[in-house]
Amino acid sequence: MSDERPIRVLVAKAGLDGHDRGAKVVAAALRDAGCEVVYTGLRQTPEQIVEAALQEDVDAVGLSLHSGAHMTLFPRVLELLKAAGAGDILLTGGGIIPADDAARLAEMGVGRLFGPGTPLAELVTYVRDEVARRRAAGRTT
Amino acid sequence: MTCTGDDVRDLAARVVARDGRALARALTWVESDVHRGPALVEALRVPGRAFRVGATGPPGAGKSTLVAALAVAWRQAGARVGVLAVDPSSPFHGGALLGDRIRMQALSGDTDVFIRSLATRGALGGLASAVHDAADVLEAAGFDPILIETVGVGQSEVEVTRAADVTVVVLAPGSGDVIQGMKAGLLEAADVLVVNQDDRDGADALVHALESALELRAIQPPPVLRTVATVGRGVEALRDALVARGPGSAAPEVVAERRRARAAARITAAVDASRAREFWRRAGALREDLADQVVAGRLGLAEAIARLAPDEAGTEAP
Ligand SMILES: Nc1nc2c(ncn2[C@@H]2O[C@H](COP(=O)(O)OP(=O)(O)O)[C@@H](O)[C@H]2O)c(=O)[nH]1
Ligand SMILES: [Mg+2]
Repeated sequence: MSDERPIRVLVAKAGLDGHDRGAKVVAAALRDAGCEVVYTGLRQTPEQIVEAALQEDVDAVGLSLHSGAHMTLFPRVLELLKAAGAGDILLTGGGIIPADDAARLAEMGVGRLFGPGTPLAELVTYVRDEVARRRAAGRTT
Repeated sequence: MTCTGDDVRDLAARVVARDGRALARALTWVESDVHRGPALVEALRVPGRAFRVGATGPPGAGKSTLVAALAVAWRQAGARVGVLAVDPSSPFHGGALLGDRIRMQALSGDTDVFIRSLATRGALGGLASAVHDAADVLEAAGFDPILIETVGVGQSEVEVTRAADVTVVVLAPGSGDVIQGMKAGLLEAADVLVVNQDDRDGADALVHALESALELRAIQPPPVLRTVATVGRGVEALRDALVARGPGSAAPEVVAERRRARAAARITAAVDASRAREFWRRAGALREDLADQVVAGRLGLAEAIARLAPDEAGTEAP
């Protein structure tokens, strides 16, 4: 019963560049797929993102960035999540991320990353399946 | 039926010990788990003494910005502040976009503030019934006041006044027809009225329109205050006005009566929900069978209803 609760996702825009159209489109797609999407707006620091993710008890964090800082931001968010005992939260996201970098991030434990132009349905399906898998795998409470 | 298992007791203890992650999980339980949620609230057994302030009004009036500014004012007075920001779920797909935190960035990094976004999930009246329980959980974790933001576009105003000790209705120039708002009961829900965005054209006209509308009100019209939430102007005065109407006010019996009504409403809602669940667990199959017969033209709707609820259908049970 408790596993039929809606999937909760935090969508955040990190980094210094000032537009968030991509993040808003993703947030709307997840909402239309039945998710509860917490949207926190522009220029979020890793600390702010993780604080919000913890308070909101989300299943997943979707991080959008275009500033090329992905090799610092994703690991930092992951590190803070783990330090808070919340390593079970799926960290995914999008931006212009070279395949080599994506592979290294995946090794660290970051989920799939989506480049510009990925069909939204693909992203939604990934979040849904991966959260279902993680909920089944351990998170009993 | 409710399980007071070790997991419930354990989580309750961690909430009381102010463990933030436990608090977040507890809020998920009261939102989502019809067994452990009530069991947890029972285990916490909060007295309901934290000051609960409702903020409602039309979209875009500045509720989230104002709630954040109020939270800052309360922090400066040394309080630990809980915020519940309620937004509607879509009736079509159940999803929700919870964007109130965007305006609450000034509160981040402060462990004495806890913000949680809630979706209504189809709860009647637009305000999730879980809000009462969520406020209890925040109170158990030592937060006082608890600020509750809801979008006021219909019956939800009435609901927010039930969850809160005191309600502030937030309006802004151009944020919808004041007369319409009066029709919808928005002004009646207000203990304090705020014209926010007082830096914008039309604020004076709105204040005058409100004041002349309130003149017609016989008993104790709410005060009309002005704020500019983005810069915090007028926020201290608003906080004072809320406190003056709170549990420590000169007339605490108003709040006491609301708290009593709140307890009664929660009992009613919980008993109704529990009875309905139990009833349909037993009668669900019969209902489906009756629906088939109605569609096939073998049975009238009133007759079908009478078989499940003999007293309600206006016809005698067979
Ligand atoms: N000019 C002005 N804008 C404001 C004020 N308060 C809020 N806003 C802006 O109004 C918009 C809606 O604010 P928000 O707090 O999200 O409104 P809500 O939908 O009622 O929660 C945002 O762009 C705010 O920055 C104010 O006092 N003056
Ligand atoms: Mg808002």
